[in-house]
Amino acid sequence: MIDFSVIVENIPAFWKGLQVTLLLLVIACASGFVLSVPLAVARVSPNPWLARPVFLFTYVLRGTPLLVQMFMVYHGLAQFEAVRESIFWVALKSPWFCAWLVFTLNTTAYTTEIFAGALRATPSGELEAARSLGLTDGAMYRRILLPSALRRALPQYGNEVVMMMHATAIASTVTLVEITRVARDVYYNHLSAVESFGVAAVIYFVLTFSLVGLFKLAEKRFLRHLRPDTAGAL
Amino acid sequence: MRKFLSAAAVLLALSTPAFAQSTLRVGVEGNYPPFSMISPDGKLSGFDIDIANAVCAEMKAACTMVQQEWDGMIPALNAKKFDMIVASMTITEERKKAVDFSNAYYDVPSRWVAKAGAFKEATPASLKGKKIIVLRNSPRAKYVQENFKESEVLLVAKETEVYLELVAGRGDIGFGSSVVSSEAFLKKPEGKAFAQVGDTVILDRTGGAGVGIALRKNEEELRGKINEALKTIRANGTYRKLADKYFDFNVEPQS
Repeated sequence: MIDFSVIVENIPAFWKGLQVTLLLLVIACASGFVLSVPLAVARVSPNPWLARPVFLFTYVLRGTPLLVQMFMVYHGLAQFEAVRESIFWVALKSPWFCAWLVFTLNTTAYTTEIFAGALRATPSGELEAARSLGLTDGAMYRRILLPSALRRALPQYGNEVVMMMHATAIASTVTLVEITRVARDVYYNHLSAVESFGVAAVIYFVLTFSLVGLFKLAEKRFLRHLRPDTAGAL
Repeated sequence: MRKFLSAAAVLLALSTPAFAQSTLRVGVEGNYPPFSMISPDGKLSGFDIDIANAVCAEMKAACTMVQQEWDGMIPALNAKKFDMIVASMTITEERKKAVDFSNAYYDVPSRWVAKAGAFKEATPASLKGKKIIVLRNSPRAKYVQENFKESEVLLVAKETEVYLELVAGRGDIGFGSSVVSSEAFLKKPEGKAFAQVGDTVILDRTGGAGVGIALRKNEEELRGKINEALKTIRANGTYRKLADKYFDFNVEPQS
């Protein structure tokens, strides 16, 4: 039987957890996006001195589990006295900073690959048109390549944001009380999975649907030219 | 077909003796040295584990250990993932609402630990505004939250993390089991610069005293057998021998 009084009693705790989850998602995705755009440009650059380091970065970050990365930064770095006595410790001491850093690096790695893939998929006609207009490389990226690639990347990027939202549960291992941590505490204190993890699942579900909905709206707006009906109208 | 049937018959015959001997699954934690530890090759060891094995041997039961995170311990017991919990679980009034306990099998006080010289005593006044590190969902966390209202509290998910966080400086003082803090921390190189603060603390004893084996409600037969086994191993010296493996002081409960 579902005990609704347990759910009602813990609504404030879940509400606080939801705020922490959302804040983690927003700060990680915002900084991840800002970093990914230049990194994606570097990733597809013909210059190996630019492309290789970025490849190495995304390779390592995508090749290790997020949980391991989190432990390495939060507990691993703390083991070295040199780190604890450096100025970085002011930041690394905080679980918030560690979570932000790890989530940002992780989502940056994936997003960079998504954007780089979209850049590579640029139709050669667009490039030729840009060249024939005599655009400089910078202007070509700014005006043609990036807008076109970011639009194309929108569906995959939406997926990455949803995955990142689920991944924020990892923050519960470094003392941050987000939705999963709240669920575990409720589970422990009330000894029932439905009123704890069930509620968490519903919250994540609603969040996922809202995110998917937002990205659908964005796709409708930015990928209008790819829809069959409008394309036919041309 | 006949071959298959006879093979099945043999299997059936072989498996019957296993039913005669009762099989019990024991929930253990693995992150609470020296009571419960996992070696790098994945083997469980520690005082909890030894006690569980000794009790099982005494009851002539075949036991398998199931490792479970602290948070999910009681729910997993009630969901019949295992039949008893031997995980240094303190007997409290609150937990008694959800599970039954055997008689206590050990009893140790709690202890404050901080950088040597950082605090003279651990009182609500001296720890005002300081950050106390303590295990989530534990009687010690409850004690800290009720008595040190003007201190900040850092709740960690495992007892060993109390000391990780203390070394990292993410809190000012840790509050943990007196045994875990000394065996797993103060006596180790990582704990060199740290020391006990004030006296050891004996928490509220309204639930009974000490640490017991938790069982699902109303399993009186098993509870009786476990209590009988505990009594026997304490009387015949097995308990003493096991305790001496880990401690140079007495952990035996008074009762």
